[in-house]
Amino acid sequence: MEKNIKQSVFTYLLLILFCVGALQVQAGPRGAPKEPIVFENAQVESDYLELAEELRCLVCQNQNLIDSNAELADDLRREVAKMLKQGKNKEQVTDFMVERYGDFVLYNPPFKAQTLLLWGGPFVLMFWGLFAMLKKIKAGKTENSAESSELSEQEKEKLQAILNNK
Amino acid sequence: MKKQSMMPLIIFGFLVILLVGGLINAKYVRDVPSPLIDKPVPQFSLPMVEDQQKMFNSDELKGQVSLVNIWASWCVSCRAEHEILNYAAKLGVKIYGINYKDEVSDARQWLQMRGNPYVKSAHDLDGRVGIDWGVYGVPETFVIDKKGMIRYKHTGPVYRDDLDKKILPLIKELEAE
Repeated sequence: MEKNIKQSVFTYLLLILFCVGALQVQAGPRGAPKEPIVFENAQVESDYLELAEELRCLVCQNQNLIDSNAELADDLRREVAKMLKQGKNKEQVTDFMVERYGDFVLYNPPFKAQTLLLWGGPFVLMFWGLFAMLKKIKAGKTENSAESSELSEQEKEKLQAILNNK
Repeated sequence: MKKQSMMPLIIFGFLVILLVGGLINAKYVRDVPSPLIDKPVPQFSLPMVEDQQKMFNSDELKGQVSLVNIWASWCVSCRAEHEILNYAAKLGVKIYGINYKDEVSDARQWLQMRGNPYVKSAHDLDGRVGIDWGVYGVPETFVIDKKGMIRYKHTGPVYRDDLDKKILPLIKELEAE
């Protein structure tokens, strides 16, 4: 029992050591410590929140700016906040981002030749599915009505033979 | 065989091609196509890493074919490509650096330790110029033509293969323009 406690204490100590070590080697960009983003205008703040939801973080590509903890996401959030505070509207901020990072930065990409498949694809698939389903239903109906369930002469004889054998 | 029964197989085959294609191309997923290609270099004027009193202005990128390399001392994969940059510089390639979100002392120490392949390096402390260049992961390397237009972007470390097969031939081509 005593041994067990000693062992677990040792394990915990080791774990703490590893964590401390991990802090030491963590590499990342350096710069001046950052102030939190503060808004005085409620409209600007809501615009900011909307934009930060719609813009993609380029580093963690499946997260938006508001979710991502990446250094670049933080820089871009600040940039968005700064531009909005300067009186730029949401469209101007979006254009600014697209000019630098391309349509990829948008979680809500515009409809154009390149994104035709993206926007149109689901509808094409849906209509194709509907069409196939209707065709199938129709085929099933005609099959049921045309082909009667009655047996042909040959089949009747076969059936009789099987029944007689029993 | 009835025609209808082939349909699931055809769809399955199509899906396999789509997914396998996605897997094979997976390494390109991170490569976001840059909207800056064939556009003039984003303007900047930043203090130099080598001497903070002197400025590095983006206008200097006009009039010659050059590389602009975004680097930082904290960036691990920059270490991997540094030897390649040294080698390219020896071949006579003009490389300009943008030192991204770094301490000057760290950047200088890095250049001292590993050699300095750059004609000069701009010191982008807060990363604001990096945003203008669409930087999202260091290292990044741009090929600039004589008119100061961005002609190619390489994201991630430049390996010998990238240099020999893509970047050097492109530089040659642009120099002939």
